[in-house]
Amino acid sequence: MDSLTANVPLLLFLIVGTIAVASSILVVAMRNPVHSALFLLVTFLCVAMLFIMRGADFVGAVQVLVYAGGIMVLFLFVVMLINVRSLPHERMTSPFLLGGLAVGAAIFVLFATIVRTGAYHDEVNRPDLLRSTSTHITETVRAADGTVATRHVVRHHIVGNSEAVGSALYQDYLVPFEVASLFLLVAMIGAIVIGKRELSALEEETVPDFILERMETEADVKEVVNA
Amino acid sequence: MTHTFVPILLMLLFAVVVAGTILGLNSVIGRHQRNPSKLAPYESGVPLLDQNRKRMNVRFYQIAMLFILFDIEAAFLYPWAVIYRGASHGPSGLFLFTEMLLFIALLGVGYVYVWKKKAFDWK
Repeated sequence: MDSLTANVPLLLFLIVGTIAVASSILVVAMRNPVHSALFLLVTFLCVAMLFIMRGADFVGAVQVLVYAGGIMVLFLFVVMLINVRSLPHERMTSPFLLGGLAVGAAIFVLFATIVRTGAYHDEVNRPDLLRSTSTHITETVRAADGTVATRHVVRHHIVGNSEAVGSALYQDYLVPFEVASLFLLVAMIGAIVIGKRELSALEEETVPDFILERMETEADVKEVVNA
Repeated sequence: MTHTFVPILLMLLFAVVVAGTILGLNSVIGRHQRNPSKLAPYESGVPLLDQNRKRMNVRFYQIAMLFILFDIEAAFLYPWAVIYRGASHGPSGLFLFTEMLLFIALLGVGYVYVWKKKAFDWK
């Protein structure tokens, strides 16, 4: 029983990770773009679960709120904006297959090198650091022979993950946070500019086709009756 | 730490099992009748008049985009609120408050711009 409960996180990781990878493959393999979008939603939710299992609760919650809630809507609207009613049954492979595989392999190698040795590799395997805030203190130490030295100490306090993110974001990374608001502002203006193009009279308020068809048939009927 | 999420996981499993059981039982012991009225889009609704997949107005996209931007703004407020509660009496309370005020003011400029451009009006 003990070995079973100890292996539950690993088992859960394997299940969720497999679902994430499988659904992300299905995103590109599906013919219907709406189905692709729904598999993308499954991928987002699985990634959120992986974040939470790693101890990054806040990122997991934001993944659900922003990605599964917002970005998903955006994707569905893009699918509806471009008229993709019937895709021709073209082959799944394309001349770009080899190039695409090469780019994919290159990005994989990049990720692998970063995760293995880089700054994001968590060498001591201490997920509790994700939920700790740090205070930097300079202590004066009086040694036994009377010399006074200053020592820089970093104290970690274990708090919640949201609190850790908050104190890092709003105290240590003040400028990037304020720049983020500028990014949001730019995106807001961009969204307005997209819709700014005035519709021409032809596009605006067009009568749906089915009504036009009906009107034509009614006119035909009247012609026949009058004749 | 992540043990607090176990109830959510259990609820997820429960939902999947219940939904799967109901659908499975339905397909096993239910009768399968396929007649034209059952295959209609809605059993007692209006039949489809036009194509269901049409190009939509770009304004839907615009509204969705604005929704996401303000959604992200709200997501930034959560960790701020968590640490502001503890720091509001200390010296960093004013700092945190000003910082968030600046953030909201910058986005407020965007809000006023969007408002003046009548993006919220649905003609």
